[in-house]
Amino acid sequence: MSPQAHAPAHEDAHNVHHGHSHGHDAGHGSLKTYMIGFVLSVILTAIPFWLVMGEVFDSKILTAVLIMVFAAVQIVVHMICFLHMNPRSEGGWTVMALIFTLIIVAIMLAGSFWVMHHLNTNMMPMSPEMMKNMP
Amino acid sequence: MTEKAHTQEAEAPQFYLEEEHHPEGSTMLGFWLYLMSDCLIFAVLFATHGVLGRNYAAGPSPADLFDLPLVAINTAMLLFSSITYGFAMLQMERNAKMETLFWLGITGLFGLAFLGLELYEFYHLIHEGAGPGRSAFLSSFFTLVGTHGLHVTFGIIWLITLMVQVKIRGLIPENRRRLMCLSMFWHFLDVVWIGVFSFVYLMGVLG
Repeated sequence: MSPQAHAPAHEDAHNVHHGHSHGHDAGHGSLKTYMIGFVLSVILTAIPFWLVMGEVFDSKILTAVLIMVFAAVQIVVHMICFLHMNPRSEGGWTVMALIFTLIIVAIMLAGSFWVMHHLNTNMMPMSPEMMKNMP
Repeated sequence: MTEKAHTQEAEAPQFYLEEEHHPEGSTMLGFWLYLMSDCLIFAVLFATHGVLGRNYAAGPSPADLFDLPLVAINTAMLLFSSITYGFAMLQMERNAKMETLFWLGITGLFGLAFLGLELYEFYHLIHEGAGPGRSAFLSSFFTLVGTHGLHVTFGIIWLITLMVQVKIRGLIPENRRRLMCLSMFWHFLDVVWIGVFSFVYLMGVLG
């Protein structure tokens, strides 16, 4: 009795799965989303290049911060308009994987810069005598 | 009796055959996970460049070396190739084979233009004596930008392979799935390039 009862249930599960896999909307866009993404990308690329090439601000820190902000915004634009990220695609697992990756990347970048900065500042200054005897 | 039927069914391979018919269920998620691991590779290279990017070893600095108009043209090439790939995907949705191939071809040409400009830049730098061996800054620069360029190269090889596949087999479900994967790969490379031109070129020239 049990094998016969099992088989149709399995079939049902397949059909549900099949319907779902065609219903997901990752990778599908419209002309509108692509054009919005493209125009925003052009603007968000042109401004940082203009800031650096035109030497708009005297403050280098301000320019650097603005470059990073424009890059971050443009990455989000690409994610939404070109990669069609949304919290629902693949049952939320793509966003989960993305968040996990971002956490790892943030830990790794912050950790590297922190450790290496301290290593540099704590390094014993090199005298010309030592420089001469370097391998 | 029941037990015998059960073992027979357990040995029958039908379940595995069934799975083969609609594999696109998890392919996109799997490919996304690959892209995330690729993202980690680039993050490590960005971190290396962040640490070593100011160690010029009394050699040339980014402001001496980088030609920003060239980088801007390069960026435009990659951005154009992204939007034309998007057009190819839209044509694929409409089931228009020739239009899909046309836009894929345009994407490939923009990709090749990007690669050509990058190779010209590398050749120019090495010719000026600013090769990867000159300083830690240049080592990390060549590694990061070179890895991105290598990804674009393999993307173009993949693109040409898929164009041949679509040409011969048409827009069958397998080719659609492959085109979707390449679409994610291609747009992902554009995302990485945003980091490269912002962090390496613009911030480098800024000093």
